[in-house]
Amino acid sequence: MNSLQTMIGLALVLAAAVLMFLFSLPPRPGKRSNYALRPIAGLARLRRALGLAVENGTRLHVSLGKSNGVGPVSAASLVGLSTLERIAQISSVSDRPPVASSGDGALSILSQDTLKGAYRAVNAPELYDPTRGRLTGVTPFSYVAGTLPIEHDEQVSANVLVGTLGPEAALLAEASQRERAFTLAASDSLPGQAVLFAAAEEPLIGEELYAVPAYLQAGTFHRASLRAQDVLRWVLVGLIVVGAVLALLGINVL
Amino acid sequence: MRAPFSTAIAIVVGIIILLGYFVPVGIVLALRDVLLGWAIVLAGAAALVGIINLVKTHWRKATVRGERDPYSPVLLLAFFATVGAGFALGGPANTQFQQVVNAVQIPVETSLMAVLAISLAFAAMRLLGRRMGLMGIVFVVSVVLYLLLNSGALAVDTGADIVKTALGVVQRLPVAGARGILLGIALGSLTTGLRVLMGVDRPFSG
Repeated sequence: MNSLQTMIGLALVLAAAVLMFLFSLPPRPGKRSNYALRPIAGLARLRRALGLAVENGTRLHVSLGKSNGVGPVSAASLVGLSTLERIAQISSVSDRPPVASSGDGALSILSQDTLKGAYRAVNAPELYDPTRGRLTGVTPFSYVAGTLPIEHDEQVSANVLVGTLGPEAALLAEASQRERAFTLAASDSLPGQAVLFAAAEEPLIGEELYAVPAYLQAGTFHRASLRAQDVLRWVLVGLIVVGAVLALLGINVL
Repeated sequence: MRAPFSTAIAIVVGIIILLGYFVPVGIVLALRDVLLGWAIVLAGAAALVGIINLVKTHWRKATVRGERDPYSPVLLLAFFATVGAGFALGGPANTQFQQVVNAVQIPVETSLMAVLAISLAFAAMRLLGRRMGLMGIVFVVSVVLYLLLNSGALAVDTGADIVKTALGVVQRLPVAGARGILLGIALGSLTTGLRVLMGVDRPFSG
């Protein structure tokens, strides 16, 4: 990275941090926040599926994918873990607690820890069972092969696929449909998104993945993150347009 | 506050790693390399813990009274046979061991790949019936168009510059779309990372 790229990167990180902090502050007394989340059909259906699963005593399965938590793809897995936390809290009154599958050892430990923390937060630590956060396979296809029996055998009524999932996730979406279960799928992998758009009942595209916890009411900071992303997106659009104009004029700034 | 000690460690380590990218000073870079080295060792240990958890889960499913899973004993047998063969033949670097593992793994994964290909073809055919909207139509038209373009069926040299330019523009469209999606993912990753650095997201119970 040259110094200008470093400066832009640092400015972006600092701007995101400041915006997230400012947007997380409560509105002034007597004023209401006018920021509303835009409706996303898949996430509305997920909330309905959550309620139905609790009522019917069926299980929810959260598929976290294969990210290792160390590489550059780990942010999607963190979103998957936040989603798992909210789902575990919401369905804590259900007869069948949710189960999480992952394709990496670190992610499976984090999923167990997330479940433990979620049940502690709702004062129900006795619900925690470490076998509900499972490593099902360490290669993409072995992960799918190990996850398919969960969808088939454990009375799952909704599958939430959130994380780093490649094209092989289509097999999970297909199996979910055969079991007549609801499927919400979001991946940070481009081939994964393309395949899931065709195969999943409710696919999320691009940054919609990062909105899942906010739509499950995970907290003020998650909403603030979405607002910060909206602002930064327009800043980036502006920078791209300016960069394109400068490039047309033959001025190379980077 | 939940897990204050773990949260403090996560925040400090995260800030050092982030600083390593923007302030490439000797001590920060050295510290970053050490921490990343530890993370790799921890990831290796975590894989071992995950595999033990996998064995425990399937042991329970194989031995539970009532609804025994018929596939769990097969998994356990295959797992212990692989571990045994690994020890007997001198570890994963042994050529014979690799041949044995690949002889099982490659055909199984290839079969799954074949099932995936058929599933995808079927999903593509069903797509318009299920998602009859602008996005569905654009998706199907794009798939057909780029399959045609990338198959070489339209690679006839017409000599006309306008056709070449038009094809060039069309072939660049997916790159532009992918960059747009990647920018959104980058922004999402940035705010997710910052939430961890601020101690808001804590996927560890401590």
